Amino acid sequence: MSDTPKFKVTIDNITVEVPAGTTILNAARLIGGDVTPPAMCYYSKLENSGGKCRTCLVEVSKGSEKDPRPMPKLVASCRTTVMDGMEVKNITSERVIDARKGVVEFLLINHPLDCPVCDQAGECDLQDLSYEHGSEQSRLDFPKRTFEPEDIGPNIQLHMNRCIMCYRCVFTAEQLTQRREHGVLERGWDSQISTYLNKALDNEFIGNIIDVCPVGALTDKTFRFKQRVWFTKPMDAHRDCPTCSGKVRLWFRGEEVFRVTGRKDKWGEVEEFICNTCRFDKKRASDWVIEGPTKVNRHSVISQNHYRGAVEAQKELIREIIGKEPKMLLDIHTVSDVNRPEIHLSEIHGPSHSNDFLPNQKLEGQRKLEVGKK
Amino acid sequence: MQHLTNRAILINRNPMTLAERLYVPAIAKGLKVTVSHIFKKKATVSYPEEKRPFAPVFRGLHVLNRDEEGRERCTACGLCAVACPAEAITMEAAERKPEEAHLYREEKYAAKYEINMLRCIFCGFCEEACPKDAIYLSETVMPSNYSRRSMIYKKDDLLIPHPKKQEDNK
Repeated sequence: MSDTPKFKVTIDNITVEVPAGTTILNAARLIGGDVTPPAMCYYSKLENSGGKCRTCLVEVSKGSEKDPRPMPKLVASCRTTVMDGMEVKNITSERVIDARKGVVEFLLINHPLDCPVCDQAGECDLQDLSYEHGSEQSRLDFPKRTFEPEDIGPNIQLHMNRCIMCYRCVFTAEQLTQRREHGVLERGWDSQISTYLNKALDNEFIGNIIDVCPVGALTDKTFRFKQRVWFTKPMDAHRDCPTCSGKVRLWFRGEEVFRVTGRKDKWGEVEEFICNTCRFDKKRASDWVIEGPTKVNRHSVISQNHYRGAVEAQKELIREIIGKEPKMLLDIHTVSDVNRPEIHLSEIHGPSHSNDFLPNQKLEGQRKLEVGKK
Repeated sequence: MQHLTNRAILINRNPMTLAERLYVPAIAKGLKVTVSHIFKKKATVSYPEEKRPFAPVFRGLHVLNRDEEGRERCTACGLCAVACPAEAITMEAAERKPEEAHLYREEKYAAKYEINMLRCIFCGFCEEACPKDAIYLSETVMPSNYSRRSMIYKKDDLLIPHPKKQEDNK
């Protein structure tokens, strides 16, 4: 590395020195914060990714020290390498803000507005992007592109309607597995992610396409509709796995593990890819060594209603004040149908259905007696 | 004595004069207030014969809405529960089976939906958060009850009647 020349690049008036050959996006990530352009298709762990979604467009106001002319068009920062003395404008440029708004509109042209149903909601890159850069209204008068649902195996759910054609999952399968079984069929408006003639994706590492997917096109079938992301609590954990590093993030609701994913860094990229056994089959807390709760950004919806460092009322103090033992007047679990202790949603493989929630006869009978007059 | 604020009112604690000790002027003053109220408009209404109109922003008992075909609108997206400042709403979602398509509007629906009316503060945030027009706060005053158990409202208690079945009954 010592013989590669260092280039000075200024992004939004912040200067950083990076080795030659670094892309503008990676240089901006070294600075961090708002200066970093968003990326929907670029994934630093995957070779050749990037250059497709155009959300990372930036303005180069000075090409380099030797050739100070600005670049005439906005460039994709994930594919453009830095030059010495280059000056880049990201959020300080009106053109970039406007172009990004246009790109978000293009990405949303065929993206259905089904966030209330989608399992990715709450940790979706496109949701964040359109919240920050998009417009509230759609200007499209034509029907959105739709596809027939396709079954790609017992663990992964494909929603082609939500796909934004970032190719991340294709690169993941190409670079992580021996044989890629899915890819992009057709061209242009009709292009779709598919296995060629209804094959199931069954490679041991294919589950990682769920993590790399920036939208809800590829989701975990074992987690499907079980919980909303913001009702589960992330915990870092590891296990001694013979095939992968075993370093994962567990998503808890109470004592139950609802989902296992890779650990994502602040750019939304997994730190280490994990195997299918860890992801889909180890859904008990006893399978894992828990390291502690994941640090979640305070502004993220995932941190909603998760109280850290909450101080419980002192039992002794209550007794002193009221002069007697506090009496529990209603144990919610004797009435509530939700989170019933005998139903373990996390142990059902695939989404739960109406027959998984058979009424609790005892509870119902008691309730009818009491509430009958209502 | 030093006052913390300048709003303190000093009370006259001098012994009462003879006129004051007679109490007659004070009693007359009090009676004047009482009698004047006889001629004023009554502040109460004789409920339940007479009912006050609701304010247009009144927020009462919750209802879960159905669409024109009687399918449940709620998709258990959880936005009402996360918006709820009292944490009164809980739910569990399930996937719709093909034969249940006439019951639920979307692929995913709320298999269980509960509002703990003991916790609810009727702020209407759930109504505001709902992206599917599924939950509304109606113009019905929340009925009181003798037991705490019956204050846990389940989906059957909240759902509005099926529009088609209701027509059949008529």
